[in-house]
Amino acid sequence: MEINLIIGLSTLAIIKAAPLVFGALCGLLGERSGVINIGIEGMMLISAFTTFLGSALFNQWTGGIFPTNLSLLVGLFCGIASGALIAALHAVLSIHYKIDQVISGTVINLLAVGITNYVANVYIDPTHLSGVGVFPTIPIPILSDIPIIGPILFSHQPMIYLMFILVIFMQYLVFNTPMGLRMRSVGEHPRSADTVGIDVNRTRYINVILGGIFAGLGGAIMVLESVGRFQKLMTSGRGFIALAALIFGRWTSNGALGSALLFGFSEALGVRLQFGDLNHIKVIVIVSGLALLGLGLFLLIKKIKEKEINIKKYITILILIVLGFTIMVGSNYIKFPSISIPIEFLGLLPYILTIFVLTGFVRRAKGPAAAGIPYEKQ
Amino acid sequence: MDNQLNKLNPIKIIYISVIVPILAIFTALIISSVVIILSGSNPLIAYSALAEGAFGNLNNWIETILKTTPLIIGGLGVALAFRGGLFNIGVEGQIFVGSIATVIIGTTLKAPAIIHIPLTLLAGVLAGAVWAAIPGYLKARFGAHEVITTIMTNYIATRIITWSIGVNGPLRKTTSFVPETNSLLDTARLPLMISDTRLHIGIVIALILAIVVYILLFRTTLGIEIRTVGLNINAAKYCGIKVNRNIVLIMAISGGLAGLAGAIQVMGLSPYNFTAGFNVGYGFDSLAVAVLGNINPIGVVFSAFLFGAMDAGARLMQLRAKVPVDMITILQGLILMFVAANQIIRGIYRIQIQDKKADKVNLSQGWGGGSK
Repeated sequence: MEINLIIGLSTLAIIKAAPLVFGALCGLLGERSGVINIGIEGMMLISAFTTFLGSALFNQWTGGIFPTNLSLLVGLFCGIASGALIAALHAVLSIHYKIDQVISGTVINLLAVGITNYVANVYIDPTHLSGVGVFPTIPIPILSDIPIIGPILFSHQPMIYLMFILVIFMQYLVFNTPMGLRMRSVGEHPRSADTVGIDVNRTRYINVILGGIFAGLGGAIMVLESVGRFQKLMTSGRGFIALAALIFGRWTSNGALGSALLFGFSEALGVRLQFGDLNHIKVIVIVSGLALLGLGLFLLIKKIKEKEINIKKYITILILIVLGFTIMVGSNYIKFPSISIPIEFLGLLPYILTIFVLTGFVRRAKGPAAAGIPYEKQ
Repeated sequence: MDNQLNKLNPIKIIYISVIVPILAIFTALIISSVVIILSGSNPLIAYSALAEGAFGNLNNWIETILKTTPLIIGGLGVALAFRGGLFNIGVEGQIFVGSIATVIIGTTLKAPAIIHIPLTLLAGVLAGAVWAAIPGYLKARFGAHEVITTIMTNYIATRIITWSIGVNGPLRKTTSFVPETNSLLDTARLPLMISDTRLHIGIVIALILAIVVYILLFRTTLGIEIRTVGLNINAAKYCGIKVNRNIVLIMAISGGLAGLAGAIQVMGLSPYNFTAGFNVGYGFDSLAVAVLGNINPIGVVFSAFLFGAMDAGARLMQLRAKVPVDMITILQGLILMFVAANQIIRGIYRIQIQDKKADKVNLSQGWGGGSK
């Protein structure tokens, strides 16, 4: 029973993490080049909205003669385009007009809420515009048959695969290519980047607008691979959690994926527990066991990578692993009282986790040094 | 900065600080009217309904004042935090927490009004202050950026409060079919300024607070410390200002103001309780109010009045011109944008006079080691 539960939770965690990953990649591009973007939430909301409108209207106007997937692709295009457009606004405000990037992001969030609610009230709700559907699940042949890993990793809707590809691509782009080096230098020390002939503001424009495309994907996936239609305020803070994932992931693509998965897992857990067929206490015990085990393994790999030879340093790690494992196995033999936790509290998990993450890790991780400062050419 | 300012003719100073926001509002109205036309309504009807709903008769005026009150107090909270270099997006949650604490004290405590009212107000202030001090502490101690932590505390406050007034929640009014708390006892309700209307004394409290915050910021040592932390955190450290203590304190005062805004809403408006959907949006409006008011306590009063009038008029606009109240959010976003990026406005209207160099507060400082 536990193994199925963990497979189910992990699969759901990846699905829930996907919008966060796209959002975090948007933030990554901006901040690596020195532009903070707290408007990701608004960008994702607008993109979700245009994705829905694009796909639904295309389907309506063509009378449904094209396959569903084509309508969805049109929606996806609209989502990406609007993401880029809103990002361009952020870029113009914060790069050209040099207004405080945090205020510029707030403007975008306000406008996004206003515009989407407005159109939802005057158009979507009265006309009962219905969604076209969602992308189908495409299991990858052979790979999806592998036990445990197959269903978790290789049996998803297409944008999830796209997410994994983009994460790897971005990690390579930012840290292994000349373009990545240029953008990082602009984010760390724009003055010296300028001295060696890099156009600081041009790099920032490109990055912010590219980032908008990622935010667009993040908004689109919420419509195209989950609910299938637009709901008012449907991002519900995911844009901000994406930023926390970026910071937790230390401004790297892989790190953002890892931390988004952690947030996704906590969200998945909240969702899964609401079904009511599980003993809440038992699941929480199992998951905390899993968390200890995961932390232990993570530290172990890190220490081995650092070629740590001091045996004493391994003892705590060993205790963590053994403890985690014991809790997971031991939970089978204990009868837990069935206390159900109110749904509102289960929904708190990602938010509380975000705060913990920020308090525990930011101090040790330094962001790009020039993030937040408009560049003045001398 | 101040020297430079003094050289300018005082009339010009007033001209600059008034004309740009007015033109920003004007431009925002023009752009919004395009949206209104696109959605098939007439912007002239919409805007005249908006104005009539805000100022048409005495009751409209009272509604405007009632909407202005929490925006002044919330806006002061945000402005004060801005001055200290902190971006308190958590006002929304702090208002909620303040309201709930008010409800708890206002429904349970038995005391004569002269004691009960101040205690109930105090409960709101303290609850808001504590709720805001948490992100403040996390920032001071761990460097967790307040933009994200305050947004998270907003969600946490909302969820816990939704639970507490939901089915079987501890604060739920048991005889009610909708999520709401019991009403405050008579002794905890704010007195009315004009009998048989809804106008309570909250606006007086708000205006006094605006003056108090002004004096605090510009006439006291603490104010200088707060502003120094906001302008240059390293310089503040070098001057021997206890920066971390200040960050927590600024957040606490800011949150205390927000909590007070919530308390006044609960204590002043019938049915004197907390319901789901009550006060939603004041937090974010306060933010726009503070920026529009040039993070100056006196400016906040005027911009809060503007926003309050828009909020009050929105319903008539929706009724008469079929324009959803969300139009107001778009308007506010646009106003905020044009005020912040006032070069756009200067460009469009060819305003030559240079802006006073306002105290530049970098809101993104401390972004995980960002700008130093």
